[in-house]
Amino acid sequence: MSSSSIEYQKKELPLKIQKIGLGLFIAGLIIVILGYMVNPDRSAYNNIIAFTFLTSIAVGSLFFVAIEFLSGAVWSTPFRRVGEFLSALIIVLPLLFIPLLFNVDKVFHWTHPEPADKILIGKAPYLNVTFFIVRIVVFFLLWLLFYYLITRNSRKQDLSKDSGLTSRNVKISAVFMPVFAITITFTAIDWLMSLEPHWFSTIFGIYYFSGTVLAALAAATIFIILLDKKGFFVKGIHTDSYYSLGALLFAFTNFWAYIAFSQFLLIWYANLPEETFWFLARWDGGWKYASIGLIIIQFLVPYMGLLSQPSKMNPKRLLIMSGVLLFAHYYDLYWLVMPNYEKGSVPFGWIELGFPILIAGLVITVFYYKSKNENLVPIGDPKLKRGIDFRL
Amino acid sequence: MMSEKILYSLNAIFDTPDEISHAAEKIAEKGYKKFDVHTPYPVHGMDDAMRLAPSKLGYVALIFGLSGTLGALLSLWWVSAIDYPIVIGGKPLFSFPAYIPVMFEVTVLSASIATVLAMLFVFFKFPNNSHPLHGTGYMKKVSSDKYGISIQADDPKFNEEEIRKLFESLHASEIDLIFWDNEELNHKNKILEPKFLLFLLAAAVITSGTAYFSLNKLMFMVPFNWMMEQQKQNAQQKSLIFDDGFGMRQPVAGTVARGYMPYEFKGQPDLAGEKLVNPVPISKESLKIGQQKYDTFCSPCHGYHAEGDSRLRGQYPNPPTLHSDKVRKWSDGRIFAVLTDGQNIMPSYSTQLTVDEKWAVINYVRALQRALNAKESDLQ
Repeated sequence: MSSSSIEYQKKELPLKIQKIGLGLFIAGLIIVILGYMVNPDRSAYNNIIAFTFLTSIAVGSLFFVAIEFLSGAVWSTPFRRVGEFLSALIIVLPLLFIPLLFNVDKVFHWTHPEPADKILIGKAPYLNVTFFIVRIVVFFLLWLLFYYLITRNSRKQDLSKDSGLTSRNVKISAVFMPVFAITITFTAIDWLMSLEPHWFSTIFGIYYFSGTVLAALAAATIFIILLDKKGFFVKGIHTDSYYSLGALLFAFTNFWAYIAFSQFLLIWYANLPEETFWFLARWDGGWKYASIGLIIIQFLVPYMGLLSQPSKMNPKRLLIMSGVLLFAHYYDLYWLVMPNYEKGSVPFGWIELGFPILIAGLVITVFYYKSKNENLVPIGDPKLKRGIDFRL
Repeated sequence: MMSEKILYSLNAIFDTPDEISHAAEKIAEKGYKKFDVHTPYPVHGMDDAMRLAPSKLGYVALIFGLSGTLGALLSLWWVSAIDYPIVIGGKPLFSFPAYIPVMFEVTVLSASIATVLAMLFVFFKFPNNSHPLHGTGYMKKVSSDKYGISIQADDPKFNEEEIRKLFESLHASEIDLIFWDNEELNHKNKILEPKFLLFLLAAAVITSGTAYFSLNKLMFMVPFNWMMEQQKQNAQQKSLIFDDGFGMRQPVAGTVARGYMPYEFKGQPDLAGEKLVNPVPISKESLKIGQQKYDTFCSPCHGYHAEGDSRLRGQYPNPPTLHSDKVRKWSDGRIFAVLTDGQNIMPSYSTQLTVDEKWAVINYVRALQRALNAKESDLQ
């Protein structure tokens, strides 16, 4: 099975895409800057949602690329580059977390605890501004390092067709796994859980991880379906590969529900005031409907939509469900973050729209530039031919 | 007529998986419905080539899974909110979140069991394990290194000549006919014979009837009911003999339980010190018991060496040392009074220590005191 038998003609994405991406990015940026001028507090909270959301897609995509190498998966090789391109978003992450570092005192209560607050004084060795900045910078550099190592080998392989590069990537991916687990857990604790520093939940890291994987998978699925429609892949993507993507989406939908419910059940059952107040804030006034909406949008709809076998194979339905899940992850993060800004009612206005538009623009622009400079299909990969011929 | 065998199918053998996939595609294309492919291992893409409809097994899983969910919900609701309402942990009687794990488990359990059973009994027709292809040369080949296809004679389009031609055009290496085994065809399942079913029914009626009669009727007939109606006082029953109606009687005033020694010096520790004498001799055994009891009950506050060095780290006030002149000069009886009545914040240890154990502990405390204030003569 020599890879030379695959004929790949590099196709460029239409220039229109670049214009759309840049347009969205600039429009979003204007709204965000206006938002920061009008209401810096509210914008800072939205900024956290945006940062964690983009981290989900970027680092989650790198996790998927690494998982493919580590498990020796064949079915996903033809469209592995989509994951690699999306993980390039790691490079632009500072754009979203650096503005926040100047606003930490606006959103994080632990930056200025009352002297009588023994709990926060006790947590100060971990929750202090210096260590917080050190952590995010170290995490970012680690992500960047592994992104660079893995994609560099993958790029080199396009020319050299050296199968040794695959086994080198397997080793890098193995090292990346624990790094990913630790960094993603502490990102969740630092940026989401510490918004309410008196509250704690030991399952919180996994909760964010489950959303991360869902968002990364959904984003990749959307790109794969749209690109496949325009014929960007060699021989197209077979329904069996779509089935595998759908099955993964379905599995992680259930995983998210399982983790979310586990977190809720234990707190509900134990009924300790120092834990329950977090859920009570999300059941207060308008937030009650937002909480019920979260169950519907991130579990019931995708569960029903992806349950049957034909729906996992149908690209149209898969596209809709991926869109729903991507939106659901943003919704989920909004549900985690915003009750800290406003209790009793759900704040929604033009300030909330700035960051999603900015992110959409960023994702499209980064993807466009990556696909312009690199092949969309890893033509040097020894698994490619088997991947194209993959049948369940 | 012996030779009149009923045709089951026309079979063809192919040598490669590509040929069999191609053949299956062509045969499905021609509109044959009742045909099957036999290969030594699963050939990918065969379902598509044969144009098989998706399996119905998924619906079994769905229906039984949903009924499991619903059944679990209903039974939990009925048990905890209707039939036996108990408030648990301050939660409402119908507390849905607590039911979700149970509903989930029952869903998985009923869906998986139903799927396996439906697969065996409905789709594989389990108790029937005969098939006309069993034991044929065809089956031997396709279960080792050949790929076979068999078109059944009851297919509406079945025509032997046409199919032979089709197989030949597909380059089949062998073509042959398979007939029903007459013996197998006439074989009836004895389990479903009326006689056997009747026997089963009779056996069921007799065993359940006997069990019902002996447990619900026979036990209440003379003489078996004699065991139940005895002339005796049952627990919590009103007494017919005593006027006050109590079945349980008080012991005679002044009765003392065996092995129990009343303590007469309550609140008078000094009197106890004068009157009480240690009855337990100092021996290796009694010191051992004393040490064990001291280490368990006394040492947490008094310390292992009775110096008042508590292990409680200030959570409870430290007691004074037992090596003071005051305690050294106390008689054994005086210490016994402290162990029995307690002193200051020290409670009574009567529930933890028996009388003899208290004396043994006192002997051990004496040994500790001696160890810190040893005399010249002790060294010899």
